[in-house]
Amino acid sequence: MSADIVSLHDPGAGDVDRRDAAWYWDKLVQVLVFAGGISGIVCVLGIFVFISKEGFGFITNTMNFTEFFSSPEWRPTSDARPTYGILALAAGTASVTGLAMLVAVPFSLGAAIYIGEFATGKVREVLKVLVELLAAIPSVVWGFIGHSIISRLIVTMFDVPVGLSVLNAGLILGLMAAPIMTTIAEDALKAVPDGFREAAEAMGATRWQVIWRVVLPAAKNGLLSAVLLGIGRGFGETMAVLMASGHAINMPDSIFDPVRALTATIAAELGETAHGSDHYSALFTLGILLFAVTFVINLTADIVVRGRGKR
Amino acid sequence: MRWRTISLAAVLAVAGTTACGRGNSRNVLQNKGSDTLVNVAQAWAEAYKTVNPNVAIAVTGGGSGTGISALINGTVDIANASRKMKPKEMEHAKANGHEPKEFVVGYDALAVYVHKDNPITSISLAQLAEIYGEDGTTVAWSQLGVQLPEDADEIVRISRQNNSGTYAYFKATVLGREREYKLGSLDQAGSKDVVALVSHTPGAIGYSGLAYATPDVKLVPVVAGDGPAVMPSVGTAIDRTYPIARPLFMYTLGEPTGDEKAYLDWILSPAGQKIILDKGYAPVTELD
Repeated sequence: MSADIVSLHDPGAGDVDRRDAAWYWDKLVQVLVFAGGISGIVCVLGIFVFISKEGFGFITNTMNFTEFFSSPEWRPTSDARPTYGILALAAGTASVTGLAMLVAVPFSLGAAIYIGEFATGKVREVLKVLVELLAAIPSVVWGFIGHSIISRLIVTMFDVPVGLSVLNAGLILGLMAAPIMTTIAEDALKAVPDGFREAAEAMGATRWQVIWRVVLPAAKNGLLSAVLLGIGRGFGETMAVLMASGHAINMPDSIFDPVRALTATIAAELGETAHGSDHYSALFTLGILLFAVTFVINLTADIVVRGRGKR
Repeated sequence: MRWRTISLAAVLAVAGTTACGRGNSRNVLQNKGSDTLVNVAQAWAEAYKTVNPNVAIAVTGGGSGTGISALINGTVDIANASRKMKPKEMEHAKANGHEPKEFVVGYDALAVYVHKDNPITSISLAQLAEIYGEDGTTVAWSQLGVQLPEDADEIVRISRQNNSGTYAYFKATVLGREREYKLGSLDQAGSKDVVALVSHTPGAIGYSGLAYATPDVKLVPVVAGDGPAVMPSVGTAIDRTYPIARPLFMYTLGEPTGDEKAYLDWILSPAGQKIILDKGYAPVTELD
């Protein structure tokens, strides 16, 4: 019996290459899986080529680098003199993402530590499902909550003139990024071998000492990449930020100032520009910038995780 | 196997003929653009079903800029706009082979909205320019002599996104050709959003079509030059005493023919103009 099996799968046997249905099926699946595997690369390259092509005319002809990066004046539709300064938009994106991380990092690390290290049995399962459910809420729903509920709460709580602000968008974005960060951070904690914990406990460490001195340092690369992916998420988020931030071109002085994000600018204006106009290509140039920054963030996260693998 | 092929072919043939039959009897006109006009455009499309059931009008909003660029790109038949086409856009369309034809289909009073608890009685065009214009010095209600609770004294400027026809018209009429908007206003995507945000922001000021007025906001009478304060209304838009009333346009690519022409003729007829009046805008022709 076992000899038969060996002869069937032995490459040296003459009749192995029989081209029956199973052989063709095998080849077909190989091709399909290969196509699926490289489609990711093809798509990323395709998107990059497309947005570069659309933005290229603006970069070479109209764009003034100094104005683009250092002027807060974004007036693409001005009749007299259009200006394309992204400083205020970049400040808007940075302030909202920054605040979002201040909200999300403690929340998600706390949740990950609780789920990974303390919770057991049913509690743990329920929490994990709920966190994943939270990650599945569509961003327009978050935007709606920010626009209609949190903005009014902010007005009544802080006596400010308007509730659509860095604070509002930052809170919403923080809540949106937290579930993903929790899931990744929990995976990182789980990847720490139990032997570490057992050894520490055997030395008489308390539970907190085990987590603080042993588990967290061992998982730090994974945790850092969780934070970086959260930043990437916040940076690229559009709809919720558009609805909650106030969409005002403004250099923020405080967290109660309305701002406008790079992504929201593209979303609000792209549908309304004639193809091939300067405004149209300028928006694609914003797209190139966003693409480049998220690429760097994700690459850094990847390198950080790989760094852990090597040691 | 054979039978299956034959029956499949038969099904396809039947489906093909019915699809063609439909295509011949029912035409779809694509109509897109101004957010100000979208409600009226939908009402027109709805009413036109009874006038000519063989023509369906698909209406979408998005803003005057959206409609005009869609017309230039050839994806719609009729564009709605609350501003005139810019010379640049005209050139663009001509470069694509068509000269757009303009129709004035009604007039809209652009109302200035404030929170309903705001005690202001009137505002002048010059004051509006100092609030909205670049380097404008008016930042607080107290500068206009309007007493509001301390935390609402700062004027919250609410504006529209920069491709809106309302945005462009307000700029041209209130700020003038040369002056730009002061940056930092809260730029809303739709006419309705402006009114909604004003209704729950005590220190807010905003501009939007008169047809979007709700009981939760206050309309401010506007003064031009040394003239009297005029309340925005359909009547003051028709007799041109209200200073920021503007024509509303529809554009087609070239001289309209067939269904397009019939639809536009109907819009400008008393039946069509009655609908625009019902929606809170001023008609082009006088109605009884």
